[in-house]
Amino acid sequence: QQPAQFTNPETPGYVGFANLPNQVHRKSVKKGFEFTLMVVGESGLGKSTLINSLFLTDLYPERIIPGAADKIERTVQIEASTVEIEERGVKLRLTVVDTPGYGDAINCRDCFKTIISYIDEQFERYLHDESGLNRRHIIDNRVHCCFYFISPFGHGLKPLDVEFMKAIHNKVNIVPVIAKADTLSLKERERLKKRILDEIEEHGIKIYHLPDAESDEDEDFKEQTRLLKASIPFCVVGSNQLIEAKGKKVRGRLYPWGVVEVENPEHNDFLKLRTMLM
Amino acid sequence: PHAGPVESKNEAAMSEVVPEPRQTPVVPMKPMGINASLLGYIGIDTIIEQMRKKTMKTGFDFNIMVVGQSGLGKSTLVNTLFKSQVSRKSSGWNREEKIPKTVEIKAIGHVIEEGGVKMKLTVIDTPGFGDQINNENCWEPIEKYINEQYEKFLKEEVNIARKKRIPDTRVHCCLYFISPTGHSLRPLDLEFMKHLSKVVNIIPVIAKADTMTLEEKTEFKQRVRKELEVNGIEFYPQKEFDEDLEDKTENDKIRQESMPFAVVGSDKEYQVNGKRVLGRKTPWGIIEVENLNHCEFALLRDFVIRTHLQDLKEVTHNIHYETYRAKRLNGNGGLPPMTVETEENHESNL
Repeated sequence: QQPAQFTNPETPGYVGFANLPNQVHRKSVKKGFEFTLMVVGESGLGKSTLINSLFLTDLYPERIIPGAADKIERTVQIEASTVEIEERGVKLRLTVVDTPGYGDAINCRDCFKTIISYIDEQFERYLHDESGLNRRHIIDNRVHCCFYFISPFGHGLKPLDVEFMKAIHNKVNIVPVIAKADTLSLKERERLKKRILDEIEEHGIKIYHLPDAESDEDEDFKEQTRLLKASIPFCVVGSNQLIEAKGKKVRGRLYPWGVVEVENPEHNDFLKLRTMLM
Repeated sequence: PHAGPVESKNEAAMSEVVPEPRQTPVVPMKPMGINASLLGYIGIDTIIEQMRKKTMKTGFDFNIMVVGQSGLGKSTLVNTLFKSQVSRKSSGWNREEKIPKTVEIKAIGHVIEEGGVKMKLTVIDTPGFGDQINNENCWEPIEKYINEQYEKFLKEEVNIARKKRIPDTRVHCCLYFISPTGHSLRPLDLEFMKHLSKVVNIIPVIAKADTMTLEEKTEFKQRVRKELEVNGIEFYPQKEFDEDLEDKTENDKIRQESMPFAVVGSDKEYQVNGKRVLGRKTPWGIIEVENLNHCEFALLRDFVIRTHLQDLKEVTHNIHYETYRAKRLNGNGGLPPMTVETEENHESNL
């Protein structure tokens, strides 16, 4: 960030608070940021791969994928993993809250209870800390954002998707995501996105809306915001494998018929999702 | 329990042409267009030609059921298999369609013809399966439908004045669509296949396989095969019905390597290397449905239509139907008495 150009401090009438943004900035950088991201969706929709791709890390190094017979008895679990990521001096304490077991059972009636309790518990804890005496070191574990994964294989929202989103849209920012987007051709994607948006509106689900760009922002930013808003829900592909394509190494997925590049905006919305999130 | 050869001949005439494994009586027949200097030639082998001609004249029934969550490409795949719009969903989505609240059974019949052979194909769709929040017992309507068809056939068969050719509405083949998560089967998949593999031929299919890379596909298939084995699910072709060594070798290869078939369906054509192919167009390439390097659709098609079509019908008739029949005729062994609509009034032995 450029230091603000301010006039000579000795000039009469000068107060000096133009420097404030810098101070806030410096303090934040020292303190670091916290962000809690919850991921919800049926098994096998590409949640873990996407998270690993977004944060260029491997959050689940010793993962064992259970078979169907094991899943019959399982209820929804809440698994929170925290990583500290540092980039150019900025520290991010990222907590990813995973919800294995969601949508797997034959009867998913009780799917959401565990998740909603978790969200409420974090609010409760924060409230408790906030009302307490030692407020300097409050840890904010509240769920800031929930990526809800919609299956790219279906025709739109399933009954479970609708019910769940309605149950949490007043508690957390929902960002609907369609992962494994390489299943769909461009036309199919447009159709699916439109269908999902229609169904969201029809059921009165409140998803997270990007705030419009302020009128004093520059045109590029305004245009970018417009583009982001128009692409929701994002259709993404995740991968941490490097593939050779067109002479360079890219993150992608290698098929017999071609290479899907994660960071290619013509192939999927991964970059948009990342821009929006970060 | 069947009577002697006489009855077998009647049966062969009745339920289309279902070759019995028993010997046909030796009757000298006039050889057709064969070199007459072959001494001692009787001409029994001409029965193949006669059966073929009969089949062409009468045509045959084939009933295929598709089961799986909505959106897995069932209708598209069936359309691709039979190269015609036999499933009610054509390439566009019908925007008015909502997921039904219970499982529905929708049977649509078509007559398709190829090389002079007529096939009355019935596609039985099961919308609503696996789509609800609570999917407990959602296979029951499907099991009920299958048993109802056996019941219908049974009623016709035991009728004293039975038809020369009993219309066959029994489900010959059930394609079960597995979602290509890349992880494992879902609990619902296991439950469905456990229950239904006992009453119908199930062919598990991995849908929308263009989601997976080659390694992912191989791993997933291995995992699914293992899970099916560990849970004792006998999908078609069932090991216990391999008739001889030749069958066993051929079927073993299919069971242990090819199945479950990872397929991609499409009814759109594109130009690739100067040829028109069925495929899916993406920004990174065209997925050719009939290209074995891309997916296993051609294997599934050859398996179901070109090599095992008749066997599917035979196993349905000789094994599944017989099991049902034995249960019913042994004093309702566990089954509640069924009420099925049959056309005219008839005297029955039941």
